[in-house]
Amino acid sequence: MVSLLIDGKKVEAEPSQTILQAAQKLGIHIPTLCHDPRLAPSGACRMCVVEVEGARPLVASCATPVSEGMKVSTRSESVTRARKLNLELIWSDHPNDCLTCDKTGECQLQNFMYEYEVKTSRFVEQNPPPRPDDSNPGIYRDMNKCILCGKCVRICDEVQDQHIWAFSNRGMQTSIATAFEKPLKDAGCVFCGHCVSVCPVGALMDKPAAKKGRPWETKKVRTVCCYCGVGCSLLLHVKGGEILKVTADVYSPPNYGSLCVKGRYGYEFYKSPDRLTSPLIRDRIDQPFREASWDEAINLVARKFMEIKREYGSDAFGCLSSSRGTNEENFLAQKFARAVMGTNNMDNCARVCHAPSVTGLRASLGSGAATNSLADIEGAEVLIVSGSNTTEAHPVAALKIKKAVRQNGARLIVIDPREIELVQYATVWLRLKPGTNVALINGLLHVILKEGLENEEFIRQRTENIDMLQQVVAQYTPERTEEITGVPQKDIVRAARIYAGTKKGMIVYGLGMTEHKAGSHGVMSLANLALITGNVGRPNTGINPLRGQNNVQGSCDMGALPDVYTCYQKVDDPVANKKFSEAWGCPLPEKPGLKEPQMYREALAGKLKAMYIIGYDPASTQANINHVRSAMKKLDFLVVQELFMTETAKLAHVILPAGCFFEKDGTFTNAERRVRRLNQAIPLPKGTKHDWEIICLIASAMGYSMQYRHPSEIMDEIAKLTPEFAGIDFKRLEGDGLVWPVWDKNHPGTPILHQDTFTRGKGRLNDLLYTPSEELPDSDYPLYLTTGRRLYHYNNGSMSLRNPEIYSISSEEFMEIHPDEAERLGIETGDTVRVRSRRGSLEVKANVTAKSRPGCVFLSFHFPETPTNVLTGPGEDLLALTPEYKVCAVKVEKI
Amino acid sequence: MMHKPVTASEKSKPLADLTKCRDILAKYTSATSADLIPILQQIQDAYGYLPQNVLEEITARVRIPLSKIYGVITFYSQFSLEPRGKHTIKVCVGTACHIKGAPDIKKKITEVLHIQEGETTKDYKFTYEPVACLGTCFLAPVMMVNERYYGKLTTEKTEQILKSY
Repeated sequence: MVSLLIDGKKVEAEPSQTILQAAQKLGIHIPTLCHDPRLAPSGACRMCVVEVEGARPLVASCATPVSEGMKVSTRSESVTRARKLNLELIWSDHPNDCLTCDKTGECQLQNFMYEYEVKTSRFVEQNPPPRPDDSNPGIYRDMNKCILCGKCVRICDEVQDQHIWAFSNRGMQTSIATAFEKPLKDAGCVFCGHCVSVCPVGALMDKPAAKKGRPWETKKVRTVCCYCGVGCSLLLHVKGGEILKVTADVYSPPNYGSLCVKGRYGYEFYKSPDRLTSPLIRDRIDQPFREASWDEAINLVARKFMEIKREYGSDAFGCLSSSRGTNEENFLAQKFARAVMGTNNMDNCARVCHAPSVTGLRASLGSGAATNSLADIEGAEVLIVSGSNTTEAHPVAALKIKKAVRQNGARLIVIDPREIELVQYATVWLRLKPGTNVALINGLLHVILKEGLENEEFIRQRTENIDMLQQVVAQYTPERTEEITGVPQKDIVRAARIYAGTKKGMIVYGLGMTEHKAGSHGVMSLANLALITGNVGRPNTGINPLRGQNNVQGSCDMGALPDVYTCYQKVDDPVANKKFSEAWGCPLPEKPGLKEPQMYREALAGKLKAMYIIGYDPASTQANINHVRSAMKKLDFLVVQELFMTETAKLAHVILPAGCFFEKDGTFTNAERRVRRLNQAIPLPKGTKHDWEIICLIASAMGYSMQYRHPSEIMDEIAKLTPEFAGIDFKRLEGDGLVWPVWDKNHPGTPILHQDTFTRGKGRLNDLLYTPSEELPDSDYPLYLTTGRRLYHYNNGSMSLRNPEIYSISSEEFMEIHPDEAERLGIETGDTVRVRSRRGSLEVKANVTAKSRPGCVFLSFHFPETPTNVLTGPGEDLLALTPEYKVCAVKVEKI
Repeated sequence: MMHKPVTASEKSKPLADLTKCRDILAKYTSATSADLIPILQQIQDAYGYLPQNVLEEITARVRIPLSKIYGVITFYSQFSLEPRGKHTIKVCVGTACHIKGAPDIKKKITEVLHIQEGETTKDYKFTYEPVACLGTCFLAPVMMVNERYYGKLTTEKTEQILKSY
């Protein structure tokens, strides 16, 4: 620590800190135009100059470190004169457009002109005119307003690592440009909007907000993003019931001001004319829908559910809730299934993504949740990223991985068949054959144990079953592992040594691990890696699933699963069962219920008669959707609660229109177990209701009273029944939320799990043999099909495709195919091809790219015109029944 | 990151042959950012300008983003992103040359070659480059073609010189 005087006030600061940071500590305001706490100082704008006693010129406080005994004046006459002159110079080359500029009110230049009373500039008679360029989606640009602070360039370089912007034509004509002045779409821009968010003036602005209102007219509402499991904190700018733009708070975790294209520009779907705004009903699914009043619809649903329960028994009913619904809604959905319908046939769409994480991690560690926080990624020394195309599927988490590698020197091991963007950052890339995860990880375990790189003490004290594990992995020599996985032996050995050689090794994984026949096994294998090296229970370690949807963690925590109540209290545990029966005032079924895929089988067999599906579209997102649709068509009664007319809704008897996440209060739990408030920003569209209200209405109409005035009361009930949530209430969640477990009202939350002991006591090393995928390529269907996500869209596309800015960037699917296969089949990029599997076929345009592994093709399922899931199936995870989206066999032909 | 793959028909600009570029890059087994300017100079010599698809090849090798390479290229007047003529003409417009008739010489060049300063003839024979002063007042009016000075010009002499190339 050094001590210095700023404007006569004493302050202590670290020697690495700048004068600006020290002044901020004292609450002394220094104007800046080019400074941002996330960026390395550049000292470009000269607004932050201060006078340092003994120094000849004024110094840039943002770039000058403090030193002992320094005497700084931030407001001396020469400082003020310099700042005024600076403003005059900037103003001489800036359009005088404040009267019509959207930035007015939050423009830093304008604010400083006001603060320093600079009325005009001596250096120019006439200011240049505005030069608007609105040719890009999302981003409005006016280079005449640019003051060349360089923040857009630096944030694209240092935070997003995309390097789209640069200074060009340096000299009198300096401007900020993309390479060759290409449009952003062609320059490699990912439309994260970081550049827009840091622009101090109106040179870069959010296009959808243009001309809709000034900053002082908008209400700022904090909420949580509803796309992926990162759960970014959002700030919505709302005027007159309309969201004008989305920004993020630089100081709020987990995203600290970062957003991806979906978070920033994926908000316009809520005002789509396609929104459902009235309950729709019909007797049979071959009839057209007719609009109904809420009373009529609710009474119909209640009557039909009661009839089915009376006639066929409780287990003839199944409920699916959404991993994109709130915790409160998921809690009520499972309460409805159990207390009102009397069945444990309850599941949620985590079944099609991270159910194997719950199964696998519970078997290994005792808790089916991420062990560490997302912030821990940045400090890890070694990162394993397995089965996660993080830059597209969880873009803001990927920023942390990039930062760990590029700025903090971490070594990255990527396990993925595709040449995903993160491969550029990897020290080792293990390009395995799809579906051979367990064999590969066994190979890594083999090397670690054979070379004695394991953490013996940790294994002895905190784990069990090492002997069996040793016996099993002994078979997976590097030679044999290479045979199975196609990964060169030397890479296997190298990766094993790197991971075992650190005390800060962190595993991050995605659906490439879970959506396999051996998905749960894959998760357990990763846990084995963490356990034998002792990389768990400390900061920057652990095993961390990147949850697919924003509330996959929460929907599972809330007990929207067939075998557990909240936080995994088992339905067949007499103590838990009694607790919930007493709380809910009715007997509860003890037998675990059907998992989602089992529901379809039972429906096809005529045993399951009714389903209630809330905010989930399995008719397009489940595997082998022809099978799923046949099952739904056999139901006597299907109720779907939705925003839009999805494929599932098209098969319903009753559709109940619900509110979207901008329109509701509640909580989401992100991938790092952070429970966080979302706040209603805009009113519900006329004719719709909140999901939680609808569930309560149906329950009450069925004679079971469910009365809550607000979602906070639902959370209070959750807290009473769930030890891990005991300390949580809406009041405490204000701000950045809490990371569960939160054991009591004073408990601060638990960012790191398993610190002294595992939830299940000892960590279990599960000895697992490699199980091949269900359907492998053969002579009839010679190619692997892998499915996954694209940056610009989300799931079935019902929301993301309805954002005009995003749609104009990406509006159709392209199947990725390796140049070798493409040449053999005579396919060029842009050609239409037919893809066939044993279950169905579709037509799609091809993209010939070496990103695909030879012998593999890749498709997303975001676009209704490309219903990829007619192809997928038939494999499913041996334990969790999650579909094997990552492997099936197809053939491709040019048409 | 790809938004929409580029099909063959959409690739409008003819692509420069990469052989020469690869030969140049072959000399740099572990290229770093410090090698960028020498590489660009050699590329410019080999191709006469800096073709976009060649720069895309370089960006991957030197691990410098294309936007930053573009920033470097637009700073130095020695680099050109457009194909240049075989010969470069520069006419001095310093005080001495101006008095001695440089404006007439410039007019003549435009008349003969049908190009203005900063432009290149359609047959890529000449690029007419703006310059302030060539520093050889004793030869006024003076122009340069490539590395050679031509002094004490008249309009007739100028036309003859241009036609001799």
